[in-house]
Amino acid sequence: MSDLFEHHIAFVGALREAGLTVSIAEGLDAAEAITTVHLLDREQLRAAYAATLMKRQMHRATFDSLFDLYFPAVGAAAPSRQNETVRAAPAPWEVDDPERLAIREALREYLLTGDDQLAQQLARDAMAGFGAVPGTGSGGRNGPSWSPMTVLDRVSPRTLMASVLEQFLRGQDQGGLAEQTARTTIESRLRRFEDLVDADARRRLAEQSNLEDVARTGIRPSLDNVSFLNASRPELAALRREIQPLARRLAARLAIQQRRGRRGPLDFRHTIRASLQTGGVPMQTVHRPKRPVKTDLVIICDISESVTSFAHFTLSLVYALREQFSRVRAFAFVDELDEITRFFAPGSDVVESVTRLVTEANVTWLMGRTDYGRAFELFERRYPDAIGRRTSLLILGDARSNYGNVGIPNLERMVAKARHAYWLNPERRQIWDTGDSEASKVGKVIEMIECRNLAQLSEFVKSLA
Amino acid sequence: MGVPNWFESPDAVTRALASAGYLADTTTATTVFLAGALQRPILVEGPAGVGKTELAKAVASATDAELVRLQCYEGLDESRALYEWNYRKQLLRIQASVASDPGGSAWEQTHDDIFTDEFLLTRPLLTAIRREDPTVLLIDEADKTDIEVEALLLEVLAEFQVTIPELGTVRATRRPFVLITSNATRELSEALKRRCLYLYLDYPSAERERDIVLSRVPGIRQELGEELVRTAATLRTLELKKSPSVAETIDWAQTLLALGIDQLDEAATRATLGVVLKHASDHARAAKELGLPASE
Repeated sequence: MSDLFEHHIAFVGALREAGLTVSIAEGLDAAEAITTVHLLDREQLRAAYAATLMKRQMHRATFDSLFDLYFPAVGAAAPSRQNETVRAAPAPWEVDDPERLAIREALREYLLTGDDQLAQQLARDAMAGFGAVPGTGSGGRNGPSWSPMTVLDRVSPRTLMASVLEQFLRGQDQGGLAEQTARTTIESRLRRFEDLVDADARRRLAEQSNLEDVARTGIRPSLDNVSFLNASRPELAALRREIQPLARRLAARLAIQQRRGRRGPLDFRHTIRASLQTGGVPMQTVHRPKRPVKTDLVIICDISESVTSFAHFTLSLVYALREQFSRVRAFAFVDELDEITRFFAPGSDVVESVTRLVTEANVTWLMGRTDYGRAFELFERRYPDAIGRRTSLLILGDARSNYGNVGIPNLERMVAKARHAYWLNPERRQIWDTGDSEASKVGKVIEMIECRNLAQLSEFVKSLA
Repeated sequence: MGVPNWFESPDAVTRALASAGYLADTTTATTVFLAGALQRPILVEGPAGVGKTELAKAVASATDAELVRLQCYEGLDESRALYEWNYRKQLLRIQASVASDPGGSAWEQTHDDIFTDEFLLTRPLLTAIRREDPTVLLIDEADKTDIEVEALLLEVLAEFQVTIPELGTVRATRRPFVLITSNATRELSEALKRRCLYLYLDYPSAERERDIVLSRVPGIRQELGEELVRTAATLRTLELKKSPSVAETIDWAQTLLALGIDQLDEAATRATLGVVLKHASDHARAAKELGLPASE
């Protein structure tokens, strides 16, 4: 029992280290909770821990991977099955390797049926057959290192898509609704398999080395702390899905703030009406709501390759929050400037708009390399009246002008005209001013804010409206 | 105070909820069980229409408890959530006593009289605490309230007692089973979250959703149900403004049944898409991505 207790403490510690706020009271709750459930039923144990320790869905992925580390599945817990033969992965060109063919055949079966048991077993086998990377192992300890990337590369499950799809449809017409739904189903099963392979690699690493080490290094940060600039593809998709709910949350909060603490002129009729309840004595006065003051927003964003995903997120979020501003005008540039407001007509789909703007906006001139100096100059020349007294100016970019001119004088004039002006920089503060970054030079003219992830972005947008 | 035993084990929860027509997964069942065992409120979050309120109703009907519901909204205050004195009745009482005894010596008597149970209007929170039979208290959409109400909830849910200055402290004789739902339009305070068990209800897995649809819409063919659920899952991957919820999938099944449609092909989907998608831009996007014919 005391072993379990130690393990519990270590697990709670690892959660804290990974950024979940677990209070002492919650730790106690969890300890009490696990005494009431079947300890041998792993899913019950997981649910008990999740209910008491994890209070934010954003942390779900982190929680799950740590739980898998500390409480590995019983089947897999016996250190790598007895009859399992770990071998060095064959070379990439050995596509006719019998084990590879066998696993792919079984994988096809899984993709067709969705049998989760089979998928777990396959992930283990695939890792044993293809995941061992000879060499130092983690921390120079015994045994090989394990790489999920290598497994997915060698087994290449995604190349099965076409043939499985055909089997799935079996005669139904292609290209239509049936194909699309089948594709989604297979896609979600593939993703499940990839996740399992990932989890299996972590488990093997943890068996060889220290649990705490793996917990510290092998766990991705939770979604709101993922940096825009180096998010993986699934993370980007997840982040995009998060934009709409986030916008709704922010809008609701802003609406509440604006309503509160604003009392307009006395509403005489309603006051008298309310006083009837208290026998004609006006106990409470009723006021008309005051007209909210909304800001005018001008966004100028760098959409060159290096920062494009950041610009997309910010634009999506701002446009999802359009109602909170009286007017939004957006401009994009690389070394040519173009107004992109037209892509965001009311009622249009924001995701759609962002993809359209990438292909249709006229933002490159000669070199196609970021030129802040030219962009600001063009902005002043072409849109001299875009910035007014009520305008908040927002500039998005990494302030890297390829050692060219940053256009400080132009920027100074623009900032002076606007009511507020901010520069959002998606890079870590530590690497500002390295290489061709002109962050501190620009920072003297305009307030520069680090905005690397969803948490920071939503914090900023909240303060803006 | 005897600890009421809500459920025996997580498996018992699954069975009890299933008998009430609610198909729970392991996570939901375990969390509900823990809420009973640890006497903690559950904070249920998740997208709209995945069955958060439905869960409370199912718990109530599975345990033969009464459901007391507090619907939260902006501007909800103590007098709507907890209790209020019925001052109109009090005024009448005072006027009546003055009329019957113009001398005014009866004031002492009246003063004691007007602050009794007779003049107390109990609101959901107090009702739930005072009930002696098993009670499920549902605090719906807690994210819509203001911070002040959250503080009030903290106090009530921690001690399960309410102090009414004129009457004294009312203590729960039997702790209600508390469910708080939230659509996460704003983040609830850390203090409230700390005191609750957390349950996130997401869109169910394809198998479970199929079972839900089949049990809720008995007349539907199994294959059609499966097709329906797969299409709904596809729609959810499309980055829509509002993804179809379980409630909407059920509506969809009922619609198809009512129209006598037996095959969910492109034309049928196009014609009934309005049941599941509620935004014009979502329609356009779905039509494009799924290759549906243009609307007539």
